[in-house]
Amino acid sequence: MNSGSCSSLMDVGYDHHHHHGHEELHVLAVDDNLIDRKLVEKLLKISSCKVTTAENAIRALEYLGLGDQNQHIDTLANNDLKVNLIITDYCMPGMTGFELLKKVKQESSYLKEVPVVIMSSENIPTRINKCLASGAQMFMQKPLKLSDVEKLKCHLMNCRS
Amino acid sequence: MNTVVAQLQRQFQDYLVSLYQQGFLDNQFTELRKLQDEGTPDFVAEVVSLFFDDCSKLINTMSRSLERPENVDFKQVDSGVHQLKGSSSSVGARRVKNVCISFKECCDVQNREGCLRCLQQVDYEYKMLKTKLQDLFNLEQRILQAGGMIPQVNIS
Repeated sequence: MNSGSCSSLMDVGYDHHHHHGHEELHVLAVDDNLIDRKLVEKLLKISSCKVTTAENAIRALEYLGLGDQNQHIDTLANNDLKVNLIITDYCMPGMTGFELLKKVKQESSYLKEVPVVIMSSENIPTRINKCLASGAQMFMQKPLKLSDVEKLKCHLMNCRS
Repeated sequence: MNTVVAQLQRQFQDYLVSLYQQGFLDNQFTELRKLQDEGTPDFVAEVVSLFFDDCSKLINTMSRSLERPENVDFKQVDSGVHQLKGSSSSVGARRVKNVCISFKECCDVQNREGCLRCLQQVDYEYKMLKTKLQDLFNLEQRILQAGGMIPQVNIS
């Protein structure tokens, strides 16, 4: 596992003027299921993360500035929008979480280094290995619990050492 | 000691435990309750409310897809079951989730009759759970109104 893949976490303390919670992770959570989005959002907020949710991979890519026309919107320069972690469901209509993972990892920008965590309700070893091999930071089994998010944060923090 | 509060708390505890024992709820509901705090005292009620709305919508869509025997859209049904299975699993709605498992199997082999039975069952189960949880939330309200706190219930 490339320890450089967590370097984006070090960037969190970059802008002391705009970021009051400059220790906060900004997480982009992607899931087509509304209940699961609510759940993951709450879990992350309880763990002191700033959360942005997206209901599908296309919306997620647009948010990251990787929309259809590959527009890199000016707001990417705005530190408030910078994402430190992407957590995505695997099974989504249209573009899957796996395809989203690959798109992010193909980027030449800071996005390539952003950890991507895949969630799934199904425990399929070939699926898990495929995601890890394509650069996923971690795989998490749904339904998510508080202890899972705590484990996630620990895992991400340990990457730095 | 305020015995009215104590009585209500006891009632709440017994009722919640019975819901687990009868298989309506599983551990994930406990996990959901852990996420509720003073800042978001209605979190569980809000999430389950969204879940029940979701159930209703998905059941309607699947019902339409299954309506005409000569033209069943099993892909649509499968998609609905997948959503329902996911949501029910995430909120700890054990019986609903279990019906979804059978439902998926019927869908996989394109068994329309089986699907219709499962659809009926899932409709029954979610409505039953909705009633049970409403009773639970009402008990919570009564405790709070009597000036008490909602007990932490440990399910062994």
